Amino acid sequence: MPQGDYIDLHRKRNGYRLDHFERKRKKEARESLGIKGKMIAKKNYAEKALMKKTLKMHEESSSRRKADENVQEGAVPAYLLDREDTTRAKVCLFFLFNNTIKQKRKEKAGKWEVPLPKVRPVAEDEMFRVIRSGKRKTKQWKRMVTKATFVGPAFTRKPPKYERFIRPSGLRFTKAHVTHPELKCTFCLEIIGIKKNPNGPMYTSLGVMTRGTIIEVNVSELGLVTPAGKVVWGKYAQVTNNPENDGCINAVLLV
Amino acid sequence: MTMMDTDEGKTVMCLLTDPEGTHLGSAMYIPQKAGPLQLTQLVNRFLDNEEMLPYSFYVSDEELLVPVGTYLEKNKVSVEKVLTIVYQQQAVFRIRPVNRCSQTIAGHAEAVLCVSFSPDGKQLASGSGDTTVRLWDLYTETPLFTCKGHKNWVLTVAWSPDGKHLVSGSKSGEICCWNPKKGELEGSPLTGHKKWITGISWEPVHLSSPCRRFVTSSKDGDARIWDITLKKSIICLSGHTLAVTCVKWGGDGIIYTGSQDCTIKMWETTQGKLIRELKGHGHWINSLALSTEYVLRTGAFDHTGRQYPPNEEKQKALERYNKTKGDSPERLVSGSDDFTMFLWEPSVSKQPKKRLTGHQQLVNHVYFSPDGKWIASASFDKSVRLWNGITGQFVTVFRGHVGPVYQVSWSADSRLLLSGSKDSTLKIWEIRTKKLKQDLPGHADEVFAVDWSPDGEKVVSGGKDRVLKLWKG
Repeated sequence: MPQGDYIDLHRKRNGYRLDHFERKRKKEARESLGIKGKMIAKKNYAEKALMKKTLKMHEESSSRRKADENVQEGAVPAYLLDREDTTRAKVCLFFLFNNTIKQKRKEKAGKWEVPLPKVRPVAEDEMFRVIRSGKRKTKQWKRMVTKATFVGPAFTRKPPKYERFIRPSGLRFTKAHVTHPELKCTFCLEIIGIKKNPNGPMYTSLGVMTRGTIIEVNVSELGLVTPAGKVVWGKYAQVTNNPENDGCINAVLLV
Repeated sequence: MTMMDTDEGKTVMCLLTDPEGTHLGSAMYIPQKAGPLQLTQLVNRFLDNEEMLPYSFYVSDEELLVPVGTYLEKNKVSVEKVLTIVYQQQAVFRIRPVNRCSQTIAGHAEAVLCVSFSPDGKQLASGSGDTTVRLWDLYTETPLFTCKGHKNWVLTVAWSPDGKHLVSGSKSGEICCWNPKKGELEGSPLTGHKKWITGISWEPVHLSSPCRRFVTSSKDGDARIWDITLKKSIICLSGHTLAVTCVKWGGDGIIYTGSQDCTIKMWETTQGKLIRELKGHGHWINSLALSTEYVLRTGAFDHTGRQYPPNEEKQKALERYNKTKGDSPERLVSGSDDFTMFLWEPSVSKQPKKRLTGHQQLVNHVYFSPDGKWIASASFDKSVRLWNGITGQFVTVFRGHVGPVYQVSWSADSRLLLSGSKDSTLKIWEIRTKKLKQDLPGHADEVFAVDWSPDGEKVVSGGKDRVLKLWKG
């Protein structure tokens, strides 16, 4: 017999406990007490309010009132009204430029206000893998980079016999996914160059991109213009992920 | 030096024709040394002009800027054939290009959506997202009046061609008439449209003076003709199935409406009947332009800035209209979301005269030059294209903007073209050299509306950064 039926069978044969109904009543009453009771009451109230609203909405009203149209923000001219240009939201805040002299001096000195000021330092043995070469594979002067790199478009390898640092083409990237911090929209932009790698100048010169590296990206597709009227085509961004693990470079634009 | 001597005797057979094809005199021998200046003198003589009027000359659609001989050598045209030189009269006055921002006037609390100079160029009105229309004093470059009365964004403003009335249309579908001298609302807002107003156009002065009627187009698919003295809608032109995006009152008394349902309808104005439907576009029609539009907008006023008493206004406006129109019928150009434009001669045929292709994104604004010889089109592909206003032939493309170009405006002498774009800059292009003349940066955000004053002195631009910028030469 199924286990629930044993209870019913017992009840049929022997009836209820003497205090069964009293206990049942008291237990149910206790449910509306305490914190649990308050939660239940709140839920019930919310449901009641929602039901009342929907009923009122569907009710026929005797008074005919013209719906007040609220004046919305973000006024656009008539020719843009029917268009949902998603790119509009993206570019609207780009014009808040702050090219003061102080900022320019800071840029020159290489001091940045960056989203990731401190990053975990990457050790050399993590960054490079030793490549054995030579007839007996005893020479160990070659190193292969294990992190994502950027080499420029005019890159030509050194003669293989003499190159100390190997940058595998599988780890070379040309584009980065750059997010604007305020607008929260991401663009896939070309990398122009590596500005600074926090782990050292050697990595900067090699073009290694690890988390926290400052890169320069080509923003010409965004159509930004400085207040003086010049077209902006390069901006700095900081890498926010570990590209060697993800296979892509995510960066945040430095405005 | 010896080259010059041998050239002295050389002549070439030329035939001077005007843009419509009528010959000026017969074919004659002209020395090869003759340049545009000498040709101008010749044409003035032949036409018996009292004053020396400036002309520009075109040989097979290319402008002649060098002496005839140099042109022949460069293009290896045979001396034996008769050379056809087309002459075109240019405007007598010359507008100075603007190059500096004379004033940045703040005042609006939200983005400026539309600006318009009055036909005499003495007053300026702007409508904005903060539901007000503001009138500005051009001499002191300060705010004059703030006109409150609309309930939602003011999308369009339009001056009557005699400069006495100003109407504005808003997003809630109401139209307010203002007295520009006092900045007050005349009567109460006119209701009738159910959705927002997309365009306003006044009846030309030469058809009825004083100005009484104007037509408005709306998203609800109708266009309505209103009478400003009766303060109500006289006729409702319904027929379009989707929003009507633009409306123009033509000089021959026909109203043209362009709509999102890809058609242009022509209406007659006494009873509001549909005359013709112009089909051909594949997508929304964004903008319409008439070849005589500038003259209709400015009415009896011209570059001299003279005021005329009311009974003379009609006559003077008619004169100016006939002069610009010439013998050819009125032309209409329509720009659409299907990346092309059509050039129509609506009174002649239902079929378009020419299809103007070339843009790579939707065409937002088209505008005929004041003399009707050029068409400028602004597109979201960041370029402005120039087309021949009579044949529709492509002339040149102006590249330089880095964002979609929203609006264009012509200077009163048709020599300079102004464009405002999303990238916050305005650019002035010279038609003669077909190059960028002046770059006007300075706005902090997108530029929504531009206008060049009819007297050519000032340019005004307004945009998302809520300020109005006045530019001067």
